[in-house]
Amino acid sequence: MPELLAVAALTLMFSLFLGLLRVLRGPGPGDRMLAAQLIGTSGVGMLLLLGVLLGQPALIDVALILALLAAVAAAAFTGQPREENDD
Amino acid sequence: MIDAVSAVLILLGLGFYLAGSIGLLRLPDLYSRLHALTKADNLGLGLLSAGLALLSQDLFTAAKLLLIWLAARYAPARERAAAAG
Repeated sequence: MPELLAVAALTLMFSLFLGLLRVLRGPGPGDRMLAAQLIGTSGVGMLLLLGVLLGQPALIDVALILALLAAVAAAAFTGQPREENDD
Repeated sequence: MIDAVSAVLILLGLGFYLAGSIGLLRLPDLYSRLHALTKADNLGLGLLSAGLALLSQDLFTAAKLLLIWLAARYAPARERAAAAG
């Protein structure tokens, strides 16, 4: 079971890397925000896995804070007025 | 037995994470990328936290994992509402 958890955490890190590639390519701010959401979710999953793997229950609280901050970031992004509509 | 079920749930969650990331990278426009992202957010994290909740020692930790999943679901729901409106 620890091996599975470690491999799972590495897979989530790869998923986070794919999200960073989308941040690099853009093209719009909405796409970058979606990638930021993916990075937040992957980070939450990774923290949960590491919390169980390392036997550190505090990491689960860290994951909860990260999930809430990602929600606040999405709310802040969608709350600001749009400058142009390029869809 | 519980370990096996939890391993299957974690692996399924990882599959959804990877599918969502690849979709975010390859799909053509914002809305289809949003569609891919919600799969990673809802199902990926949901299955992963369900698998980890089976591994957890007490009920409190399992409830906290459920709460994390609900909090993470909230963010793309906001974004989807804004994209639609």
